[in-house]
Amino acid sequence: MPESETTRSCSTAVRAGCVILLAGVGAGLAPGAVQAEEKKFLIGIVELQLANPFFGRLEKSAVDTAKKHGLDVITAEANTAGDSATQIAAIENMVNRGVKGITLDPANATALVPIVKKARDAGIVVVTTNTSLAPMTAADAAYETDNLQAGVLIGQWAKATMGSKPAHVAMLDYDLADKTAKARHDGFLEGFGVTEGAPQIAGSALTMGNAETGQTATENLLSAHPDINVIYTINEPAAQGAFFAIKKARRDVLVTSIDGSCSGVRSVADGTIGATVMQFPIRMGQMAVEAVIKAVNDGLKPSGFHNTGTVLITDHPVADVDSRDSKWGLENCWGD
Amino acid sequence: MTTAPQPDSNEAAVAAAAPYASLQPPTLSLVTYPIVGPLLALIAIFVVFSLTTSTFMNAGNMSLIAQQSVVIGTLALGQTLIILVAGIDLADGAIMVLGTVVAGSIASHGDVALAMALGFVTCIVVTAINGLVIARFRLPPFIATLGMFTIVAAAARLYSQSRSFPVTSDLLTVLGSGPEFGTVTVTYGTMVWIALTLVLGYALNETAWGVRVYAIGNSPIAARLNGINVTRVVFSVYALAGVFYAFAAWQAVGRTPIADPSGYQIANLDSITAVVIGGTSLFGGRGGVAGTFIGTLIVVALKNGLTQAGIDSLYQQIATGALVMLAVGADQYLRRGHRA
Repeated sequence: MPESETTRSCSTAVRAGCVILLAGVGAGLAPGAVQAEEKKFLIGIVELQLANPFFGRLEKSAVDTAKKHGLDVITAEANTAGDSATQIAAIENMVNRGVKGITLDPANATALVPIVKKARDAGIVVVTTNTSLAPMTAADAAYETDNLQAGVLIGQWAKATMGSKPAHVAMLDYDLADKTAKARHDGFLEGFGVTEGAPQIAGSALTMGNAETGQTATENLLSAHPDINVIYTINEPAAQGAFFAIKKARRDVLVTSIDGSCSGVRSVADGTIGATVMQFPIRMGQMAVEAVIKAVNDGLKPSGFHNTGTVLITDHPVADVDSRDSKWGLENCWGD
Repeated sequence: MTTAPQPDSNEAAVAAAAPYASLQPPTLSLVTYPIVGPLLALIAIFVVFSLTTSTFMNAGNMSLIAQQSVVIGTLALGQTLIILVAGIDLADGAIMVLGTVVAGSIASHGDVALAMALGFVTCIVVTAINGLVIARFRLPPFIATLGMFTIVAAAARLYSQSRSFPVTSDLLTVLGSGPEFGTVTVTYGTMVWIALTLVLGYALNETAWGVRVYAIGNSPIAARLNGINVTRVVFSVYALAGVFYAFAAWQAVGRTPIADPSGYQIANLDSITAVVIGGTSLFGGRGGVAGTFIGTLIVVALKNGLTQAGIDSLYQQIATGALVMLAVGADQYLRRGHRA
């Protein structure tokens, strides 16, 4: 099978960048020509629960990329957060069906390790998306947002925005056993320049990452600590809920968030949220699937951690923290 | 069955109460007034948090607890009805969410009255389908509503394409507003919750239909022998529960003005928790909406107070779980008591 010019010109050293380039221009560059010269094979795409539109967007991007390259696709999703059992069964089925590669968004960092090992032992390329396994090397490569970095960015922005004003911070978390939630939480503290349990942290509460639980948690925290003036939220729906509670209590509170959905960016534009950090699920899905294709077709196995990018979105930029405004955000957001 | 003679309501009630006649005085009071236990628990919670935090016992926070109770509280009224006939509804939260998403999406195109009407119809029809398969085709309620839960949760996501709809209509969000007195807001939603509790309490305690509901919960066979059309009454219980779920959906968009398919994921468990902590027996036939009202306040006040006291959320879940086991344990003890 001859290689296409584009593919061959990607040396190992510049592979990651080249994949991005491919992903970016692939649609415009006569995909039919690329497709015809590539091997057709079956790829498995395993996602988390589609109740979360982020995972839906990520899966769609991976499926679109695979189809663009003429691959046959099987998809499977966890039913609920942390539902690794469904994913394990799905991978077993995919191995039986003869997939050559799998992109996996693991519901649990350790529970998926044995089945991934089994698949790789059978010669299948397995890369993770969104969040990785423990250890990360249990899969061939990882394509995800650097969530610690996302937390650091938003923490730095909050710190700089508060300036010399004394801060009283509330933290709206998602289950901290979740790797992403923990990384964002830790990143915020690092960026804000405090440690766990510092007196500036007035209180924290667990949410389900949606508006309803974000609202109730914020109501309770504001009732207990009327001086709260900064809120960290795990994602934009939770931030939206926090805003409802703040508006009702008629308080002035700086709301920060992470995700970069279009509705989240609109909340930045209308001032509901002070700033958010955008992630790039479309790029994530493309990079992961392109890596699998390269590995299967050319034997160039990917490895290591690939950051799919974080950008601070705010209309109130501060010195020393790079950011883009909500206009740019609306052009680059990934969906509602 | 429609031509059967009307049952003597009093007779059925006496038959339903008969097993408890032999109980000794202290347990008897708990059986006769199953609300005493939950009420004591609620008072204990208020005393403890008043002593341990400086912010729990004030008017603003009390109104907050009321506002936080209305969605689960209204949902739990429907759940109480179903549990009284020894059923259970695992789909109530998902049905409510489907109602909010249907109403929210239609309202986003401008037709608020239609949105409201279809939100109500959705909740009532889906719950009535549960009633049909359970009452008519004898599917176990646990399995039937588990299946419906999965179907409805997925349907809400497919219908909304996993998007959420901000709700701006005054009519749809009216229950979240209300007269304000300083830091205290008495929302219309709180008033509706109390009114619905009173209406359902009246229907259960003062009408022949209510007597039949309790009789079926105690023993469907005895109820049938007494000439009660069990199929029809059980169906009516589910259909009516759907009306309460519709009101809960209205409460939900009033409280959080966004119709979100990923909201209220554990509302089914919360509503069952409120009913059980409120002293209604999972085996049917005993308890009522007054207990559920208090049970809801217990669940919400516990979460509110523990957050204010700075207790980790996971301990809050442990505390709620322990209360459920205590309530079910008390129920079992009372049931065994009369056989000993």
